Amino acid sequence: MSSIQLPAKIENMGLLVQFISDIARKFGFSGKRIKEIELATEEALVNIINYAYPDHSGDIKVTCTRDPSKAFVIKIEDTGIAFDLLSLKDPDISVGISDREVGGLGVFLIRKLMDKVQYHRKNKKNILELVVHIPTK
Amino acid sequence: MEIIKSGKENDALIVKINGRMDAVTAPEFEKAMGAWIDESEKYFVVDLSSLEYISSAGLRSILVIAKKLKALNGKIFLAAMEEAVNEVFEISGFNSIIPIHDTVQAAIRQF
Repeated sequence: MSSIQLPAKIENMGLLVQFISDIARKFGFSGKRIKEIELATEEALVNIINYAYPDHSGDIKVTCTRDPSKAFVIKIEDTGIAFDLLSLKDPDISVGISDREVGGLGVFLIRKLMDKVQYHRKNKKNILELVVHIPTK
Repeated sequence: MEIIKSGKENDALIVKINGRMDAVTAPEFEKAMGAWIDESEKYFVVDLSSLEYISSAGLRSILVIAKKLKALNGKIFLAAMEEAVNEVFEISGFNSIIPIHDTVQAAIRQF
């Protein structure tokens, strides 16, 4: 298990994503899958950075583990306002350029790219888990 | 991320983006493109052959610029996208709202 905790600020996003992708690389994910993991984690982190702490500063904690079912689990925690990102509706991706909105696209990408996404609220924390199957050699 | 003006052909400004377009760097794209639009450029070919990564923040910036150009009767064509970037465009449905060409030359021929 490895973890990192940093203030929820945009300038820390790169470090947090790098931390996760370095571990993913050790688990043997392909270059393509690593970029998908980076994308899903960026979307989750940006959401916390932009919305979790509207009137005070706070941290983001990231913990990476390998669970017994051979999955790579990225746990992302914050102590900000309660927010279940899985409650967001998927964006309408069929509309033309003038009506197209980008809100909700980040969450949509997380859902599409990760094998499993779980949210729970516990001890005043938002806990988001992104689960990715580890490739068998 | 790096944004380079690499030439002008058939009235289209050719812009090359290198590196990663994420929540930190996407606003730089919007700013650079916005400045060219303010200089009356209306037609763009964006060479994405060296763009390694894009997130929803990057898509958002491209959409903002595409909408701005549409209002000015301008055009933006994306070209030479690599696989990982193409996947994000496909999943999000952006490949059906922004014209994408296999090569920069193919995009230039549209003007």
